[in-house]
Amino acid sequence: MLGRDIYESEHHTTCAGIAYHCDTLPQETAMTVVARQFALMTEAGYDNLVTSCITSFGNYTEILETWRLFPELEAKIRENLWKACRREFEKPKYVAHASDLMYKLRGEIAEHAQYQLVSRSTGEPLRVVEHIGCHYSKMFPHKGVGGAEYPCVLSGMAETWGGRVIDYPERRHCCGFGFRQYFVKANRGYSLSNTHKKFESMEPYHPDMIITNCPGCPYFLDRWQYVISEMNGKTYGQNGYGIPVLTYEELAGLVLGVDPWDLGLQVHQVAVEPLLDKIGIPYDPARKYLGLDEKKIMTPGLPTSLKCC
Amino acid sequence: MDFGFKLNPSSAVNLDTVDRARYDRLVQLEPDALTCIGCGSCSATCTAAPWSGMSVRKVILGLQRGQDDEVDSMLSRCMLCGKCTMVCPRGINTRHLILTLCRLNRKGEIVR
Repeated sequence: MLGRDIYESEHHTTCAGIAYHCDTLPQETAMTVVARQFALMTEAGYDNLVTSCITSFGNYTEILETWRLFPELEAKIRENLWKACRREFEKPKYVAHASDLMYKLRGEIAEHAQYQLVSRSTGEPLRVVEHIGCHYSKMFPHKGVGGAEYPCVLSGMAETWGGRVIDYPERRHCCGFGFRQYFVKANRGYSLSNTHKKFESMEPYHPDMIITNCPGCPYFLDRWQYVISEMNGKTYGQNGYGIPVLTYEELAGLVLGVDPWDLGLQVHQVAVEPLLDKIGIPYDPARKYLGLDEKKIMTPGLPTSLKCC
Repeated sequence: MDFGFKLNPSSAVNLDTVDRARYDRLVQLEPDALTCIGCGSCSATCTAAPWSGMSVRKVILGLQRGQDDEVDSMLSRCMLCGKCTMVCPRGINTRHLILTLCRLNRKGEIVR
């Protein structure tokens, strides 16, 4: 739609960041997996790498920085990769996160936009909470747009597309994912409490939506609203609904006029229909749970407290 | 619904809503309290601390945070031996501070 040369390989795998941060494999193994991704890039004839995952972005950046400081380690990984799968690679000239690209193209997207982040009924900008994934700029501040203190990658998009970003006390708090906090069930209450703290902090500002630039954050900000509602009956949106949580890709798709169900918004826990109604984006409720080729996908059960459409 | 984990209560303190009347009155009566640097020497030397949880450092912090229940609980366990006074690097008469504090109710009024 925006005319960029993007190549996506079907051979791409995990970056091993999850296992690395959970301490289930050593960094050298993660480095070899990443070296294979670089080999795929090299074989496809590209020089630059774009990643849509925040942890992958942090992982790639960390590995390239480690190799810069310890070239002998890079040589060892090259040897590991050759022994494992007979591949060689060039290091990418530039590693970018996909939200950096979207930030760069935000003006172009606004020119093509069919909808603005403005309330259709009041004409007021929608109130947007932006959440930056921790591994985007907290590990290497100079790699993120705006650094660790004032990352503007999402707020820039939201404001360009018509919204108003709201500030709140726990704005830079973690989403609650934190691999070890979540994957160990005994620690999961810590993850939930963490996200709860954010919701309690943003609630007085009545946000219309939350946007994130990490694939993990929206999962937790979305699903934990359901869990909190089941535990203590509390909901954070208007009229018993939750606060819709979108990734920046989904938001860009919406303003560009892509059908909400083609974007996959029906698999969100928190209903997005109130947000679509506010913006004035049309949708067909009958198509909500129709997948490819109009085949019916499963319809989820309804929560006890959280209102869903 | 039981998910197998729970929502832990937040330990955040909202300083805008905390009633610090008792602490403010203490500072009027014992200005030395303002010189406390929270080093914890008093807690380290306290004979009762290991089994009672008494800590002058935590008492002052608790007053600043409006945690009156915790403060009263700790004060009730102090044996007034005065060892904390001997080790305080700022020379605060912590024993006298505790005695003064015991005379104040939660509104900062002298009741004893």
